Amino acid sequence: MGSPPAAPPDFIEETRGDVTFVRTDRNLPPVAIIDRSPITTRHKLVFGAVAVLGALAWAVIAFLRGETVNAVWFVVAAICTYVIGFRFYARLIEMKIVRPRDDHATPAEIYENATDYMPTDRRVLFGHHFAAIAGAGPLVGPVLATQMGYLPGTIWIILGAVLAGCVQDYLVLAISTRRRGRSLGQMARDELGTVGGTAAIVGVLVIMVILLAVLGLVVVNALAESPWGVFSIAMTIPIALFMGVYLRYLRPGRVSEVSLIGVVLLLLAVVAGGWIAQTDWGTEWFTLSKVTLSWCLIIYGLAASVLPVWLLLAPRDYLSTFMKVGTIALLAVGILLARPVMDAPAISQFAKSGAGPVFAGSLFPFLFITIACGALSGFHSLIASGTTPKLLEKESQMRLIGYGGMMTESFVAIMALITASILNQHLYFVMNAPAAATGGTAETAAAYVNKLGLSGPPITPAEITDAAASVGEQSIVSRTGGAPTLAFGMAQVLSVFGGSGLKAFWYHFAIMFEALFILTTIDAGTRVARFMLSDGLSNLGGPLRRLHDPSWKVGAWVCSIIVVAAWGSILLMGVTDPLGGINTLFPLFGIANQLLAAIALTVVTVVVIKMGLLKWAWIPGIPLLWDLTVTLTASWQKIFSGNPKLGYWTQHLQYRDARDAGKTSLGAAKNPDQLNDVIRNTFIQGTLSILFATVVLIVVASAIVMTIRSMQGRGRPLAVEPPVPSRIFGPSQLIATPVEKEVQRQWSALPDSAVRSVGTSAH
Amino acid sequence: MERAARLGRQIRWYVSSLMGDNHYQRYLAHHRRTHPDQPVLTEAEYWRNRHLRAEADPGARCC
Repeated sequence: MGSPPAAPPDFIEETRGDVTFVRTDRNLPPVAIIDRSPITTRHKLVFGAVAVLGALAWAVIAFLRGETVNAVWFVVAAICTYVIGFRFYARLIEMKIVRPRDDHATPAEIYENATDYMPTDRRVLFGHHFAAIAGAGPLVGPVLATQMGYLPGTIWIILGAVLAGCVQDYLVLAISTRRRGRSLGQMARDELGTVGGTAAIVGVLVIMVILLAVLGLVVVNALAESPWGVFSIAMTIPIALFMGVYLRYLRPGRVSEVSLIGVVLLLLAVVAGGWIAQTDWGTEWFTLSKVTLSWCLIIYGLAASVLPVWLLLAPRDYLSTFMKVGTIALLAVGILLARPVMDAPAISQFAKSGAGPVFAGSLFPFLFITIACGALSGFHSLIASGTTPKLLEKESQMRLIGYGGMMTESFVAIMALITASILNQHLYFVMNAPAAATGGTAETAAAYVNKLGLSGPPITPAEITDAAASVGEQSIVSRTGGAPTLAFGMAQVLSVFGGSGLKAFWYHFAIMFEALFILTTIDAGTRVARFMLSDGLSNLGGPLRRLHDPSWKVGAWVCSIIVVAAWGSILLMGVTDPLGGINTLFPLFGIANQLLAAIALTVVTVVVIKMGLLKWAWIPGIPLLWDLTVTLTASWQKIFSGNPKLGYWTQHLQYRDARDAGKTSLGAAKNPDQLNDVIRNTFIQGTLSILFATVVLIVVASAIVMTIRSMQGRGRPLAVEPPVPSRIFGPSQLIATPVEKEVQRQWSALPDSAVRSVGTSAH
Repeated sequence: MERAARLGRQIRWYVSSLMGDNHYQRYLAHHRRTHPDQPVLTEAEYWRNRHLRAEADPGARCC
């Protein structure tokens, strides 16, 4: 990268009333506006009204008992809380910690090359950032968490986002932007030293592997024994290849055009899946077992990570972005039109007993583990550092992009929670309890859920079979993983468009859209993990140094195979787990994601303290402490709990003792092979739990050392880069203020050549 | 009517900026500003180059 030019000394400030205009060049319009206008009465009235409405909605959700609660109240409570959080809490963080300087250039401006560094309009970047952070995670976690009732999940999703998740995303984006868009791993090394930095990088890599495995598990569970689903997902591959070729050779650059064609083909594939599933040969070809599907996914992941980006990854990404924005908007409109009522209780019996079939453990800490994406997701810190700063136009836009982007994801999670809570609760447990509990048939499943003591009339086997038939499936018993449940709920909501005749179409549409996100994440995730691995290995030196060269094909292949083998083996372990893979692996996924958040928040907190802002360190500090308490308690229980349903090691020893005593079956393990499966799986899961917790403890310990040193005045200096004066302008909020519009007009009036002649670019 | 047309233009601008349809135009403008003396890539070359860069830095997608 070229070195940016030295800062010229002249920042010219001009104040008119409450507004200060800052110029970095005498001949150019202002690049920054500092608006100190006091809050107007109208403003106060509007926010007062929003606060009152939000409080009313919260009261209805939390205290209304014995009557059905309408889903619209959830939407109202969420939006009002977001508005207040964004206007007041995010603003406080902006004023006290971030202190954006619009007269300083962002990495996007400094290195602009119109390829990967380009200052992007805030509204467009908001779309990009949202598409990058939101995937299947916020759709799946809340569905599983509905086991505990709707209230705990709703509170955690909304308040967790406002006080923790959005704060993390915003602050990581801010510190990365001030460091020329460095990645989380690099920042950890700069700020925490070698030990903490290395632990952070190893942590990110391992966490990524478990994440890919669990996402794969969700797809496999959604598609197993479903010829319709398998056909429509399989078709996304040729569709993406066609789009790739079209863009490269036929009409380069026509991205929207080809995406639109792709979406139409995709809808056709969903419809065609229904026809195919009714034919004998279709059923024969596309009914795949979980193990076969896992192998398909593993081969696909390997191929996708070594094929050229333009052929598969890029077009799939376009499709995914299009579908994501479209379907989420559709679901929001559907909920407002259908206005469904909750069937789930506010707080279920399983919240206290901790004996729920979907995932084991009590409300604290496991609810906060199960809902990671949507409330606090560590994975976002990988996008907020590195990716988004390369496109950011102005520092003051970080609040909208970082904080606002996460709020939108939180809203997606609320919609997923609504979708799962409106389902008949007997049906919910039929779909989400593992096969070891339901027995796998409609009759045994009905008998099982009717014993759970749920409210409402008991369910009959015929009702279960009818529900499956209504969405074009053979069976919906133990379709764990969250995706089928969400699809079922979405089909119910979206039936407002076109009646119940389209229910099967909407169900498979929803499955297809979730699987599409997950496959995109698996494509990109495998590739990113491969780069992290080869980067890490090349730092070891010796002959491994050659891995540093990304064009070395052998190295790329070997690293790809290692990454795919790692997540592939965990995936296979999950699908063959006699105890039910989601049940045992999802907590590990949540813990991993939240521990990544702990690493990110640790880095942020250390930076805030080093900046001399100890007084405000509670802003990232509270979410950090909360997150550490939750994840370490969960890890502790997973490692040391004496309850075999909860503790991996207790379970491991229990099954091992059974084997050593010559038994051939125990609990869910019906034969010696399954007994061995459980013994092996619990060993791996227990080891991973220990590894995750250790890595995070090392990061936190090195952060504490760094903080003490820094307070004694002998720590590493803050690794911020010297500022470069900006030469572009952009409004900071979604809607430009009159003053901002005036400055924008001044910039548009300039001849093109004078504008944006920014520093050296990367090529 | 005119407002509808303007809204249509804005939506079109948004979608093409988000998806990338107008990124080559941006590249041209950037090229004109920074080094107008050097040869300019064709649209197909620009996208090839861009995908080549993505090959080395694909950018994470979250869960």
